[in-house]
Amino acid sequence: MADLRTNLAGIESPNPFWLASAPPTNSGYQVQRAFEAGWGGAVWKTLGDPILNVSSRFAAVSFNGQRVAGFNNIELITDRPLEVNLQEIYETKKRFPNHTVVVSLMVEPQQEKWHEIVKRVEEVGVDGLELNFGCPHGMAERGMGSASGQVPELVEKQTYWVKEAAQTPVIVKLTPNITDITVTAESAARGGADAISMINTINSLAGVDLDSWNTIPHVGGKGAHGGYCGPAVRPIALNMVGECARSPRINVPISGMGGISNWQNAVEFMLMGASNVQVCTAAMHHGFRIVEDMIDGLNNYLDEKGISSVQDIIGKSVPKYSDWGNLDLNYKIVARINNDVCINCNKCHIACEDTSHQCIDMLKDDHGNSYLEVREEDCVGCNLCSIVCPVDGAIDMVEVGSEHPPMTWNDRQAAIGSLQNPSADPIK
Amino acid sequence: MGKSEKLHISLTELPKNFQEVHPALSDREAVEEANRCLYCYDAPCIQACPTGIDIPTFIKKIASGNIKGSAKTIMTANPVGASCARVCPTEELCEGACVLNHSTKPIMIGDLQRYATDWAMKNNQVLFQKGQSNGKSVAIVGGGPAGLSAARELALLGYDVTIFEASPTVGGLNTYGIVSFRLPQRISYWEVDQVESLDVKIRTNTAVGKDVSADKLLNSFDHVVLAAGMGRVPDLGIDGEDLDGVYDAIEFVKDTKTQPLSNRLVGKNVVVIGAGNTAIDGATCSVRLGAGNVKILYRRTQEEMSAYDFEYEFAKQDGVEFRWLTQPIKIHGDENGRVKAIECIKMELGEPGADGRRRPVPVEGSNFTLPVDAVIKAIGQTRHQSLIDLFRLEHIDGVVQISEDYRTSNPKVFACGDIVFGKGKGEAMVVTAAQQGKKTAYAIHSHYIEETVTA
Repeated sequence: MADLRTNLAGIESPNPFWLASAPPTNSGYQVQRAFEAGWGGAVWKTLGDPILNVSSRFAAVSFNGQRVAGFNNIELITDRPLEVNLQEIYETKKRFPNHTVVVSLMVEPQQEKWHEIVKRVEEVGVDGLELNFGCPHGMAERGMGSASGQVPELVEKQTYWVKEAAQTPVIVKLTPNITDITVTAESAARGGADAISMINTINSLAGVDLDSWNTIPHVGGKGAHGGYCGPAVRPIALNMVGECARSPRINVPISGMGGISNWQNAVEFMLMGASNVQVCTAAMHHGFRIVEDMIDGLNNYLDEKGISSVQDIIGKSVPKYSDWGNLDLNYKIVARINNDVCINCNKCHIACEDTSHQCIDMLKDDHGNSYLEVREEDCVGCNLCSIVCPVDGAIDMVEVGSEHPPMTWNDRQAAIGSLQNPSADPIK
Repeated sequence: MGKSEKLHISLTELPKNFQEVHPALSDREAVEEANRCLYCYDAPCIQACPTGIDIPTFIKKIASGNIKGSAKTIMTANPVGASCARVCPTEELCEGACVLNHSTKPIMIGDLQRYATDWAMKNNQVLFQKGQSNGKSVAIVGGGPAGLSAARELALLGYDVTIFEASPTVGGLNTYGIVSFRLPQRISYWEVDQVESLDVKIRTNTAVGKDVSADKLLNSFDHVVLAAGMGRVPDLGIDGEDLDGVYDAIEFVKDTKTQPLSNRLVGKNVVVIGAGNTAIDGATCSVRLGAGNVKILYRRTQEEMSAYDFEYEFAKQDGVEFRWLTQPIKIHGDENGRVKAIECIKMELGEPGADGRRRPVPVEGSNFTLPVDAVIKAIGQTRHQSLIDLFRLEHIDGVVQISEDYRTSNPKVFACGDIVFGKGKGEAMVVTAAQQGKKTAYAIHSHYIEETVTA
């Protein structure tokens, strides 16, 4: 049994799986049920000045019949009185002292407002604070959430104000609705953040009803953009985590989230630099019980790899993540089709023929049986055929030796540059 | 037939026993199954369909929610596509060719085809418009799958089409010959309506040679398409065949589709002679009419049986017993002229005959008698030789001889469907008849185009 305990900027947790600040962490009843199910921690649904919510709040995107490929919401922060939340946080922490309770906060960008809420929340005994600079809908129209999270100066200043008052570690949760997330991540770090978390939801409209022409969801015939999350956003989140993890200017730990649905996704995020992970949509789709397999699967994975602590995998893939200019232009792979496994659906052929590099031929053998073959000299190693292939093991992408030594674009430009502008005149 | 529930025979409400046995896919099942389709390029299922339905396309349209487009894709290629969704031996055709046989399990193409066509039926969709008239007329003799298919294609091409049908309604085998619990009559009627809506004139109760002469058709129409199918079951050629309680399997099945269901077989012993798909139909209909015991007697073995495997399995599920190497030699009657028993002799397989199948030879002294109340004959079908003669067409044993483009010895007359189906020439399937009907229509049209161009 591997050690699954994690530590995010001093916030300890029995395992890396936290529920993200969202509808699943709206109340003490829910968070306590989650802890009973095995979740290591929970980030309490954002506290702030009480708001009003609308009815009809969620929508999801299906893909080829698969439900909840993506999820969209227009719910705001907590709509329950601060006192009620604080009482339930106190009771939850008392009942589950070894589980992690972090509280998400959002107030107007004023120093005294931040000081006041930090003080009140920390009084009931919490393990950390998470500043919600990411919620993209509703609150952003009032200058909070992503509206302040998109302004690097506001991120830095508000983090600083919080740190003036906070006794517990402060996590800054970032919005992905920005060109370069490392800029605001860096601002948070400059403001004194102990950790950053990402991603919050992405501006989205889940759909339009083909019959009523209403937005999905709609509130009495009118819609507004929401925040998008769930499996569909995971690659976006993974990149943002990786970009922050590999940035030399950002030296705070990361709590990763965005579409994580199982232990495999969690391992990916941790390899790419996350110290722990947060989950919401998968729990909303299936209930809290999914954490059992997350823990079990992670444990089995670590045992199989002979890794004693989950913390040993954090960031292991970060050195492998770089800029395009550092990729070897002479590395070459080609597709090889295993005809004994291939079922002749010809999807690789038509994908390559119509949309890639026209190098998979449909042929017939001496007995008149159809088979597919890659013309390796024309294959650019794009992977498309192996991506569309419905059968595991039918197409391998195989590395073929290159006659040239490794050469990146940056190496090449540097070499060309040194030829055009010699640094020293060899004759003199 | 994996989804069929175990048969519960009601002896008091026989119509219940004749409701469609195979359940329809729900909306959700259809979408899930449609999404499982790989949408192969140059898909083998299309090649395996005698009518060449663009199967991946119609399935993709189900997945995208374009069910009308899906139904049109199906019905464009196959004018009796709703019936074929139910009666095609899909394991041997499209589903047998599905590439997923090699990785998971084949797509339920037949069920998806039924889903799309059911939707079109339920929503009263008009899928086709009659083509602009070209002034040519065609008489079609026989309103079965081949005739309807030819009529549909010709009407789309602008021909003035009249179907002459001896029976009270058209649809042929689909209307009268396929058991209701596989193919309810309303499906066949919908397909007929689709054809009729293209201004195809349908003259029912009109037998050629009796109600209208062959020469009248030859003189009044530019072309004649002979698509009259096959006839009744031939005689066994044994004593007792005239007794009360001896049935022609085709008439027997037809009665279950056209008459109020009779309770005369409740608790009775029935034997069916023959082991083709019609024999299976006779046997399973008997079970559903409440028969106490149903046996199929076949003079050869399971090996030589011509019924599809799934039909054989279906009959066994229904409790039908099979007696191989058993030849009836006499039907015994009681004093009232009713069937009482059938006398049989055991057979053994000898040397292969002309068709390559080993010939059954009687085992001397192996006679035995089974007490039975009904005998259903299902040993093939006779040919419409007299009708063929009325048109003075060349034929071999009642099989009309045609050229590659479905033209008979009379250049004005084309023929398709079972009337041109020769022994040992594959299988006489509804879907094949539909394709022949289409091709006959195209052949007529290409002659018209040639004439117009050269004129």
